[in-house]
Amino acid sequence: MSDRLPGFNTLAIHAGAAPDAATGARATPIYQTTSFVFDDVDHAASLFGLQAFGNIYSRIGNPTCAVLEERVAALEGGTAALAVASGHAAEFLTFHTLLQPGDEFIAAKKLYGGSINQFNHAYKNFGWNVVWADSDDPSSFEAAITPKTKAIFVESIANPGGVIVDLKAIAAIAKKHRIPFIVDNTMASPYLIRPFEHGADIIVHSATKFLGGHGNSVGGVIVDGGSFNFAGDDRYPMLSKPRPEYAGMVLGETFGNFGFAIACRVLGLRDLGPALSPFNAFLILNGIETLPLRMQRHSDNALAVAEHLQGHSKISWVSYPGLRSDRYHNLAKEYCPKGAGAVFTFGLKGGYEAGVKLVSNLKLFSHLANIGDTRSLVIHPASTTHRQLTDEQKTQAGAGPEVVRLSIGLEDTQDLIDDLNQALDAA
Amino acid sequence: MLIELPCPIPYVPFMNHDNYPNDYIRGILNSVKTIALVGASQNPARPSWIVTKYLLERGYDVIPINPGLAGSELLGKMVYASLNDVPVPIDMVEVFRNSEAAGPVTDEVLALDPLPKVLWMQLSVRNDEAAAKAEAKGLQVVMDRCPKIEFGRLSGEISWQGVNSRMISAKKPVLSGKGFQKLSLNRP
Repeated sequence: MSDRLPGFNTLAIHAGAAPDAATGARATPIYQTTSFVFDDVDHAASLFGLQAFGNIYSRIGNPTCAVLEERVAALEGGTAALAVASGHAAEFLTFHTLLQPGDEFIAAKKLYGGSINQFNHAYKNFGWNVVWADSDDPSSFEAAITPKTKAIFVESIANPGGVIVDLKAIAAIAKKHRIPFIVDNTMASPYLIRPFEHGADIIVHSATKFLGGHGNSVGGVIVDGGSFNFAGDDRYPMLSKPRPEYAGMVLGETFGNFGFAIACRVLGLRDLGPALSPFNAFLILNGIETLPLRMQRHSDNALAVAEHLQGHSKISWVSYPGLRSDRYHNLAKEYCPKGAGAVFTFGLKGGYEAGVKLVSNLKLFSHLANIGDTRSLVIHPASTTHRQLTDEQKTQAGAGPEVVRLSIGLEDTQDLIDDLNQALDAA
Repeated sequence: MLIELPCPIPYVPFMNHDNYPNDYIRGILNSVKTIALVGASQNPARPSWIVTKYLLERGYDVIPINPGLAGSELLGKMVYASLNDVPVPIDMVEVFRNSEAAGPVTDEVLALDPLPKVLWMQLSVRNDEAAAKAEAKGLQVVMDRCPKIEFGRLSGEISWQGVNSRMISAKKPVLSGKGFQKLSLNRP
């Protein structure tokens, strides 16, 4: 191979996955083991001291999970990655590495409902204080910055769908104030948007969704962009101060531009423990091999369904940035010209009751709380994922009572349209 | 309007120092045996100690250089005060000092007889003027890279840590023969 970086389709299949060194196995083996024998006592000491590359224990690292890590790092254009048990775990370890008790971070109001809960409640127990901003108004992020602000967090395409965030505008603010910019790229996947190219410093994924893509495995990934220099920055002691756990090593200095990913592993994953199972890593890896093919079909199908729904008499509005009339269409053309993803929302003229009825009438769409499956999915956020939010929060998050969210799968387009037609007729 | 200034050292760019071909780095790491490491530390938390240990484990004869530790042993190797004190020919000098200090170190390197084949400046260390001088004398130069990271990247070891090696291959990595958790540079 020449040194030219391979293309996206090639990386989706090959990155991180050379044939197995011991057996020559071509598919990535599932290293279903808790632990790995040391070559000798000195080798063990080197591994525990972070002085050699290698495997110790599957909570800290596992060769199957490592293939997934390098695969996603390569697809995002990052320096390194860390696979964890879920998308929530990816967020948790990211913030654990950046924040101390009493610190603040700024997050976009339009997020996955589970993230809103995580930030509003669980993180308060750690003294990590979320400050909300409006991703439609990048200046609101700058206005929210205080000396305690340690991170800025947005979703590239925001749940429950239809919102494209102006990453470059927010990245410019983050850069100006020297604050790491974290982008959750779950909804777009690196096939549609590569946030590092727009100024992100850290990317998190729920690999459960489009990376895995088949609705069979929960997992998460943190990707280090290598762009934020933590070494010597007192605001981030996990990276810039000598770590007593590692004989005084300064992680941000020793590991250079992949120090953040290493710190998430050796301070976060090691001590907090949300490790990914090697079996899940294997299934997610299998999914990623077809990511470019799937994401294109997801997006093409979604656009066709959105166009159909836009003309339906029982529907008051459709929020899909792929539609020419959509308020986010220009941002979609800029950030995701190949397509605007699989997930979008629409409003029913019949309100909450019509939403509940539609969901029960559908026969091909599965009613469940997930996105990014080969199968088409439907949910009524107000009665499910966003149920715990206040009415005001629901509306702010784009999950008002009349809203229905679809995650369009890979089926024949006409079958999806027919199912929606019969369910709307009966609603 | 162009003003022509006299240029004391005609700069001939032998190598693009922003982006090294993998084969260039692999060729260096496969050919050198004796590496003098300038700026050695006896503190196991310091990157220079870690690199010394890693390179020793990979079979290189690493000679630590540090005037403050001269005469003592570091990881079983005698420490010398300066490059000039090293009693054996040096294949490669690894500079673990800052970019400015890399200039005088390079002058010492270029005064050695026989001349080393490679001048390597550690990750974050870059001195283009010194590099040009060394290249003019026929040395291969690497700047702003870590030999441990490059060895790990080219062998495939670094992939175990989820690091993007920027390499793909349908050939299997080659075990170094010294245990299961060490890979060699000889992947086809």
